[in-house]
Amino acid sequence: MQMSGAQMVCEAIIAEGVKTVFGYPGGAIMHVYDEIYKQNGFEHILNRHEQAAVHAADGYARATGEVGVAMVTSGPGFTNAVTGLATAYMDSIPMVVISGQVPLSLIGTDGFQEIDAVGISRPCTKHNFLVRSLEELPRILKEAFYLARTGRPGPVLVDIPKDITVEIGEFKYPESVNIPTYKPTYKGNNRQIEKAVEAIKKAKKPLLYLGGGVVASNAYKLVRELAEKTQIPAVETLMARGVMGAKNPLLLGMLGMHGNYASNMAMSETDLVISLGARFDDRVTGKLSEFAKYADVIHVDIDPANISKLVDVDYPIVGDITQVLEKMIPLLEGVNPDRYQAWREILKRYDELHPQSYEDSDEVIKPQWAIERIGELVGEQAIITSDVGQHQMWAAQHYPFDRPRQWINSGGLGTMGFGLPAAIGAKRACPEKTVINITGDGSILMNVQELVTAAEYKTPVINVILNNHFLGMVRQWQTFFYEKRYSETDLTFQPNWKMLVEACGGIGYDVTTKEEFDAALKDAIEKDKVCFMNVAVNRFENVLPMVPAGGALFNMMLPPKIENNGEEK
Amino acid sequence: MPNTTNERRVISVVVMNESSVLARVTALFAGRGYNIESLTVAPIPNSDMSHITIETKGNARVMEQITKQLHKLIPVYKVIEHEEMVEKEMVLVKFPIAENLSDIAALAAAYNGGIVNVGKEMVVAQVADEPKRVKHFIEAAQRYNPCEIVRGGVVAIER
Ligand SMILES: Cc1ncc(C[n+]2csc(CCOP(=O)(O)OP(=O)(O)O)c2C)c(N)n1
Ligand SMILES: [Mg+2]
Repeated sequence: MQMSGAQMVCEAIIAEGVKTVFGYPGGAIMHVYDEIYKQNGFEHILNRHEQAAVHAADGYARATGEVGVAMVTSGPGFTNAVTGLATAYMDSIPMVVISGQVPLSLIGTDGFQEIDAVGISRPCTKHNFLVRSLEELPRILKEAFYLARTGRPGPVLVDIPKDITVEIGEFKYPESVNIPTYKPTYKGNNRQIEKAVEAIKKAKKPLLYLGGGVVASNAYKLVRELAEKTQIPAVETLMARGVMGAKNPLLLGMLGMHGNYASNMAMSETDLVISLGARFDDRVTGKLSEFAKYADVIHVDIDPANISKLVDVDYPIVGDITQVLEKMIPLLEGVNPDRYQAWREILKRYDELHPQSYEDSDEVIKPQWAIERIGELVGEQAIITSDVGQHQMWAAQHYPFDRPRQWINSGGLGTMGFGLPAAIGAKRACPEKTVINITGDGSILMNVQELVTAAEYKTPVINVILNNHFLGMVRQWQTFFYEKRYSETDLTFQPNWKMLVEACGGIGYDVTTKEEFDAALKDAIEKDKVCFMNVAVNRFENVLPMVPAGGALFNMMLPPKIENNGEEK
Repeated sequence: MPNTTNERRVISVVVMNESSVLARVTALFAGRGYNIESLTVAPIPNSDMSHITIETKGNARVMEQITKQLHKLIPVYKVIEHEEMVEKEMVLVKFPIAENLSDIAALAAAYNGGIVNVGKEMVVAQVADEPKRVKHFIEAAQRYNPCEIVRGGVVAIER
């Protein structure tokens, strides 16, 4: 069929089954927006900033596992999108971003709103394309979606010069993709899998170390089955919260810098790490030479470059976790779960010694209480997004996540301003869920314009601001490591949150007591409008346990040892 | 890791011959802090691929990462970390015509080369040999006051 490049873009999006596109128009992408106006195969959400559009597409992708799509114009539209690309790249999120570019004839001339988009985005995309002719556009669009969702997923940028979007040509969306240089390994080597199984059978203190790859591979049921069958305990990274389910007795908790005592001790004492889709990030491992010092390592990952990057691996298995576990689980049939009984007992004692805890208060709302309370009131039917800081860590520690894709946060890049637009994306994808953004008084202002988007599109996301009048996480480091010199972290000067959200078409609640908290949350869910719950929390609360950066995992600062309650109240 | 010494290595990368592929490869080295000592690129005859030869330095873990990260680039078809290889490098050296030309010719001949151009004021000698020998040639050539030296970078092929 004959059509313009702009129409081809729309047809490809429809062919890929995308229901929602997030974006922001401008000169170089206007032809495509003209076609968006004419079609009804997908909805378009006008975010109020390109960064937010990309985060929204990202939230949509994380909530569903499907490719998120964002569209931006050239120059500043694209540069605004870069943080969104980098955020998705670090967390391996499938996404296609389409950017307008100046016409081919102007490329290289410093034309108006010209910027080298493929040059800038090279290190923060899985792959990128500058389209050079209309003929290659259908193939590139097809490949972009394919690359985004296959192998180790990631964001792909398609930069399209404006003249190509008006040109008319033959459109036939390719049915299949043939990239001879791109052949991800899914299956996992049988010999290696057998060897790994032997190692599990011989181990005395094995530990499942679960990362975001389990979520990406949709393998959580198999992971639970493996744990159940063998009774091997598990720890989750920040990206894997929800994989085991909070009620699972085999789940020790989250490990790493703000991991709980039992999880970090388990990693320090295990004799066999079974890493599934985790990448040994420095926030997880602490001091590398002390990390899992007594253990052999099985590492299952779809990305060979993750294996032996930081930690020597004894049983490397390159493959998709689902496919590897489908082979591995039957081979573990003969394992007697009693074998690891003594190990489980040790870990149970560790957890009793220092459970994940905090001291609650009747005078002031503790941020941890607020999170647990949300868990009690909405629990499994909510999707929780978050920004970056203390509130994010408390959410990861204290929320009772039941399933993967229930917890959406920027783990790898740690992007403040992610939470609200990601919540909008998740809510568009899953309108039946209550979507709650747990945020801070610093982070929320980094994409606060999205209140308008949420209000306009009747996308009622609840923003719980754990308001400590601080850039709290930075303040915490200043308390511990900079002799309390609170350089530029005091946020005493604040907007009127209620007025701010109401000016954008939402509802505001100021919350200072537990009763008000419950009432506000209930009302927010009933009113079904975008809202702020401005929750005044204990200012100097610290996230604990904490492993100081570069320290060994077993050297944790623990709650009882630190006076964290009312310091300088 | 047993091998922590910074070894010289030659890697061949076979890539799709498409625009910006070389930028992807070199940006990867720059972004991840790997060394490039020398680099040569040319299309592979009768194919839509190009051959990039990179001379680099690093310990075993770094080398493994370089190889894997190169593999991850979408247009990269094959990465060969050479063990047994034939390596050659070419060098052109320009000398003032006043120098002793027969000495220069003899020196170049000793390294499988010769004088390839004689102008009004300058002569140009060419040598193609193993990289180590090319280095020796350049050292020996210093005596004849070379005014310009252009090295071609290493090319390698599996034995
Ligand atoms: C875009 C961006 N800028 C800076 C930082 C560094 N940073 C990490 S946490 C944090 C403080 C966040 O404050 P707030 O949102 O109030 O959360 P709190 O820690 O107080 O819960 C800062 C500045 C970041 N992660 N992202
Ligand atoms: Mg704060």
